[in-house]
Amino acid sequence: MIEFKNVYKSYDEKTYVIENLNFKIESGQLIVLVGESGCGKSTTMQMVNRLIEPTQGTIFIGGKDIKTIDKNELRRSIGYVIQDVGLFPHQTIEENISTVPLLCKKDKTEVHKKVLSLMGTVGLPYDKYAKRYPKELSGGQQQRIGVARALANDPDIILMDEPFSALDPITREQLQDELLRLHDELGKTIIFVTHDVDEAIKLGDKIAVMQKGKIVQFETPEELLKNPVNEFVEQFIGKNRLWKTPEMVKAEDVMNCTIIEVNPNRSVAQAIETMKKHNTTVLAVILKEDGVSNKLIGIVGANRFHGITDNTIKMKDIMKTDFIKIPKDMALTEVIRIREENNIMYSPVFDEHDNLIGIITNTSILGVLSQIMPKSEEY
Amino acid sequence: MELLNFISNNWSEIATKTFEHITISFTAVLLACLVGIPIGFLIANRETLSRIVLNIANIIQTIPSLALFAFAMPLFGIGSKPAIFALFLYALLPIIKNTLLGIKSVNPATRKAAKGMGMSQTQIMFKVEVPLAISVIMGGVRIATVTSIGITTIATLIAAGGLGDFIYTGLGMYNQPMIMTGAIFSALLALLADFLLGLVEKRLTSDGLV
Repeated sequence: MIEFKNVYKSYDEKTYVIENLNFKIESGQLIVLVGESGCGKSTTMQMVNRLIEPTQGTIFIGGKDIKTIDKNELRRSIGYVIQDVGLFPHQTIEENISTVPLLCKKDKTEVHKKVLSLMGTVGLPYDKYAKRYPKELSGGQQQRIGVARALANDPDIILMDEPFSALDPITREQLQDELLRLHDELGKTIIFVTHDVDEAIKLGDKIAVMQKGKIVQFETPEELLKNPVNEFVEQFIGKNRLWKTPEMVKAEDVMNCTIIEVNPNRSVAQAIETMKKHNTTVLAVILKEDGVSNKLIGIVGANRFHGITDNTIKMKDIMKTDFIKIPKDMALTEVIRIREENNIMYSPVFDEHDNLIGIITNTSILGVLSQIMPKSEEY
Repeated sequence: MELLNFISNNWSEIATKTFEHITISFTAVLLACLVGIPIGFLIANRETLSRIVLNIANIIQTIPSLALFAFAMPLFGIGSKPAIFALFLYALLPIIKNTLLGIKSVNPATRKAAKGMGMSQTQIMFKVEVPLAISVIMGGVRIATVTSIGITTIATLIAAGGLGDFIYTGLGMYNQPMIMTGAIFSALLALLADFLLGLVEKRLTSDGLV
């Protein structure tokens, strides 16, 4: 765990480039520091491996004040990837990746094995690339090696300073995907600095939005999108971004929370009355077992009543029982796909305790989408 | 024909003079390397200091070689010592300047990465800066060597010996083959030295930089 405690940084004793930073980074998380240039995001990151020393305050790694650790020892235990890659042009790829473990005097055969496996991990096979020099590799390949080099000494923490900013969009996307995969596989704590909001949202478990040396909001991407803490964050993240990233809209965001219940033994006429009264087209058929637990046993939409005149027909006879349960955190895109594939009108949404918490209908989806669609547009 | 006769008749003396020539110029360059390369490293990251040092070296360079030899005489008397001293001063500029340039040409990103990975200052110098700057530094050494071999021919005037003896004696006696011998051998020496140092440079430069 990394912790910043009352951290300040000033170069002229007057203005602070970093002002009173207090935050914690949990182990294994991928944290993105994002903000406009000059907001202090890179400075913040470089204080973790003491490339920049705070003017005031303390930074702890695993509970230990990093000032008490030898600078070079500290840096060797933290992976470091920078925008300009910074591979050593006079060394082969293998030598480049081995740099830190060899500085730490690790066993040469072990280091060789590590290089072999890391090159596989970053998708540049050892046999083909190990003996080449950096200039023989493309920008994207070089940064893959940069990532491999950062991983070579098995650090728990990796710092990445705009590592993909200089790459073309396609390569950037590939490397982002691979970083996510690596993060899932290796479970390292990663601090990632970028000015690109899209990148931040794509990668971050949590995102720290920085402005003028302060963290304005430190939250999960979803929270940031849905509840920006102030206008700056909202502007910076982009007002209509939720619309651009539909995978962040969850089932619970689009469901209709008012559930109108009906007893399985009600007749069609009674059901229609209930619908009219509550201005809805769908009813949840609930079986009240021993008066305690409510169990959803079926769903009845207004379309089911079509052509039924027999008053002896009860809800339990016409209700749809093979409904597909939607967990509340399912992405909207997935929900829409399921509804389309199975030709479903009404999808009940359940929480983690299997309680019915809402129903998704075409109207509820449209309602939410119209809210997040650009409002300023002229028709 | 006369030239070839002169060479074959004076073979042993030519060898001695060539050896003297080599000793004078190479000692001077070697000393200049031992002093100049560390100076270059020391001043590389100090803006004002490097300007001062380069200015001094530039001023030395503008002093005519004959005058410099003369200046060195009160200090070292006559013979090869003042010659080596003067040549050493001449060789300093290209060596310091190229060392400086070589180190400054190292990509800041490379240095930043090295620092961020936990290399000490000394490790950065020997594992990163020297290997990356070596071809530029060697370029300076080659220039210094070739100029030194050339200027050594003048050192005959302060009785330093070397191939310059043939040229000046030859001029005094109007002995064409003698002049030519001195000139040709010092030129060949310069070419050969440059070629050999070129091989050394190639050897020291990583394939990744070519």
